[in-house]
Amino acid sequence: MSEVTMPRLSDTMEEGELAKWVKQVGDVVEKGDVIAEIETDKTTMDLEAFESGVLQKHLVEEGTMVPIGQPVAVIGDGAPSETESEPEPDAKPDAAPDDEPGAEPDVEPDVESGAESEPEPETEPETEPEPEPEPEPEPESETAEASSSTADKLRMSPLARKLAHDNDLDLDSLTGTGPSGRIVRADVDDAISAMKNSGTTAAKPEKSASASASNDDAEVIPLNKIRKVTAKRLTASQEVPHFFLTNVVEVDRLMALRAEVNDELAEQGIKVSLNDFIVKAVAIALRQHPEANSSFNGDSLLRHRRVNVGIAVATDAGLLVPVVADADRKTLSEIGAEVVALAGKARDGKLKLEEMSGGTFSVSNLGMFGIDEFTAMLNPPEAGILAVGAASPELQLRDGELAEVQKMKITLTVDHRALDGATAAAFLRDLKGILEQPLRILV
Amino acid sequence: MTANEPKSRIITYRQALNETLRAELERDENVFLIGEEIGVFQGSYKITAGLLEDFGPKRVLDTPISEEGFVGAAIGSAMLGLRPVVEIMTLNFSLIAIDQIVNHAAKMHAMFGGQVKVPLVIRFPGGGGQQLAATHSQNLEVWYAHIPGLKVLAPSTPAEAKSMLKAAIRDDDPVIFLENLALYNVKGEVPDGEQVAEIGKAAVVKTGTDLTVVSYSRGMVTALQVAEEFEQEGVSIEVVDLRSLRPLDRDTICASVRKTSRAVIFEDDMLSYGIGAEISATIGEGAFDYLDAPVRRVAASEVPLPYSKPLETAAMPHAADLSRVIRETLDATRFKK
Repeated sequence: MSEVTMPRLSDTMEEGELAKWVKQVGDVVEKGDVIAEIETDKTTMDLEAFESGVLQKHLVEEGTMVPIGQPVAVIGDGAPSETESEPEPDAKPDAAPDDEPGAEPDVEPDVESGAESEPEPETEPETEPEPEPEPEPEPESETAEASSSTADKLRMSPLARKLAHDNDLDLDSLTGTGPSGRIVRADVDDAISAMKNSGTTAAKPEKSASASASNDDAEVIPLNKIRKVTAKRLTASQEVPHFFLTNVVEVDRLMALRAEVNDELAEQGIKVSLNDFIVKAVAIALRQHPEANSSFNGDSLLRHRRVNVGIAVATDAGLLVPVVADADRKTLSEIGAEVVALAGKARDGKLKLEEMSGGTFSVSNLGMFGIDEFTAMLNPPEAGILAVGAASPELQLRDGELAEVQKMKITLTVDHRALDGATAAAFLRDLKGILEQPLRILV
Repeated sequence: MTANEPKSRIITYRQALNETLRAELERDENVFLIGEEIGVFQGSYKITAGLLEDFGPKRVLDTPISEEGFVGAAIGSAMLGLRPVVEIMTLNFSLIAIDQIVNHAAKMHAMFGGQVKVPLVIRFPGGGGQQLAATHSQNLEVWYAHIPGLKVLAPSTPAEAKSMLKAAIRDDDPVIFLENLALYNVKGEVPDGEQVAEIGKAAVVKTGTDLTVVSYSRGMVTALQVAEEFEQEGVSIEVVDLRSLRPLDRDTICASVRKTSRAVIFEDDMLSYGIGAEISATIGEGAFDYLDAPVRRVAASEVPLPYSKPLETAAMPHAADLSRVIRETLDATRFKK
C-alpha cells in the first residue's frame, strides 16, 4: 500500500488543486497511469501513479487545494483494508498515513507533532487499541476570515498566523520554511523586515476596504492563479534594486534583412518575426557578456552557463513567460518556430512547466501595440529584461542628406545587485551593434 | 549581612520531610502519623526516623499491612478533627486504598453539604528507576490529580518538600503528597523558619525566553540540568515546576508559553492521557495564538516498567530525550540564537 502525494511541479508551487480524478476508487492502476489532474499555479499537470495496484482511496475531493507532500490517494493491492471497512465519520484530508492493514498493531502516539518526530518503535500489548494520532491538526480556520480561502489551507503556526494578521500581511506572500512547509514566526518576521527594508508592502492591498466600500461601483473579479503568481512575483521584483538603460537602435537593415529572409525562404515555410531577430541578438550578446546572464543568489552570483531567453506573452488568463532554451545555439528559424509554438501553447493554457522554467533573461516586446518605449519589470531571479518598443520612421541627417531612418528604442532593466551600470551599458551597446549589423545574427 | 537575614542549611529532601513532620507534630497536637513500618522501623525510607522515640506511639502509629484499613481510619479521625499524616510505603500500594481515597476522602466534604472536613495528608513516593519492577515503579499521580475533592502536591526540592508538607498538613482538604524515590537523597538549600507554600501555585524556577519546559517532581531535576546545558549554548529555556498537580496553575504555564512560543513537557508517567496531555491542552486553550510549534511531550515508554536495568533505563525518559525534543522544537521554528 502506498500513498500518492501532491508533487512539487514547479519552483513557485506551494500547493496544487486536485482538479479532476481520472481514476476512481477500485480502478486498477498501472505505474505511470494518470490518476488525476492537478492544477498548479501555472498550468494543469497530470498526476501519475508511481506504483501499480488498485486505487483504494481518494483522500481529497475534486477542487481541493492540497499542499505539496500531502497524501491525496492510496494505492493498494486491492485487498480490503481494516480502515476502509470502517465507516469513516469524517474524511480528513490528512488522515491515514499509517493504514497498513494489521501490519503494525499500533503507532506510538508519541508522534504528536507528526512529521518532525521519529516514532519510537515500542513493544506494546497488542490488545490495546491505540488511537491513531492525528498527525497535525491543521491550524484553526476561523481566524482566517480576514483573508482568502487559501488562508485556512496554509500550514501555519498559530503564532505566525496571528503575527501575519496583526501586521496585515497577505498570507499568500509568505513562504513556509518550517516542517512540511509550515509557516513559522521566523517566516513572518522575514516578510515584515523585507517589507520594512524595501519600503514596499507585502501587506494586503487595501482592496478589501475599498472593495467592500464600493462593491456596487466595481465588479469584483477573483484572481486566477496566473494573476496571483504574477502579482506575487512582480511584488518580489519590485524589491530588487534596479536601474534602466535606454538605447535607440537603427533598424532599417534589420527590417530589410527580415523582409529578405521571409521572401526568399517563404517557400520553405520559414517566417521569422522582428522579435525572433531580437531574441537571437540578445542571446548572442549574452554569450558575449556572461555577466549579464546571471542571477543574484543571496550570498553569491550565479553565472548561467546556458542562455535561456524568456519571452513575455500576453494571454487572456494573464502574463506568461515561456522560455526559449539555449537561444544562442538555435538558428533564427528554430527560434521563430519555437516561439510560435510556445506562444500558441501559452494562449491555450497548455504550456508545460519546463517550458516556463529556467529562463536567464527575458524579452518583452510591446512594439506591435505601437508603444514607443517602456520599462519592463524584472522576472526574478533573472538579472535583466529587455523592453522593446515599436520601430518608427524618423528624419535624420545622414552624410549631410536628410534621410528617413527606422528607429527602435530598447530599454534594459537590470538587477543592480548582479551587475553595474557600465557592465550593463557595454552589453546594451553591443546588442545595439548586433541589431544594427544584423548579418551578425545570421552567422 | 544583617542579623535578620534568614539562615538556611543544605539538607536532603528526606531530612527536610523528617524535620517538617517533627515540627508539625510539635506545633499541633492534633497532628499524628500513621502507616506501615513508620515507628519501630523508622520508615521504609527513613522519613519518620526518630519520631516514634520522641512523640510516642499515640502520635506515631505503626499499622499492619492494611492500606484500606488505616487510610479509612485516618479519614475517620480527620472527620472528627485530627490531622492525620498517612504514609503509604509507595504510590503503588495506595491502589489498595483507592476506594477510601477517591470515594470517601475526596467526596465527604461535598456529599455532606460541607458539614465535615477531611484534613488528611497521604504521603507516598512514586517513580521508577530503582529496579523495583513494574508493580513497584509506577507514576500514577494523574489518577489522583483527576479527582475533584483532592489536592495533589509534588515537591521537587528539599525546600519545597518542607514548605509544601506544612501547607498540606494545615490544609483542611485531603492532600495527596507525592514524593519520589529518586529525590530522597537530593540535597538542596532549605531556609530555616516557617515557610508555608501556597497550594495551587506553579513556579518559574528558571526564567528564559526561547522555550518553556514544564515538569514536576523528579522530572524537574532533569529539566533544570538540560536547561543549563542549553544555556551554555546560548538557548534560553524557561523551566516551570508545576508543584501542584491539583489544583493546576494554568495561568503560570500559559504566561510562560505566551512569552516563549514553544513548549516541551517532561514527565515520568505515561504519555497517553498523562499529566503532559493536560498541560498540552491547557497551552492549546490558553496560549494558542502564541505557539510557533506543536507542544511536545517527553514521557515514559508505554510498557510495564521492566526489572532489567538496561530495559528499565531504556523505558524511562532521560535528559537526552528531552534535549532531542527541545532541539526538534527549536528547529521546527527555525530558531536562531
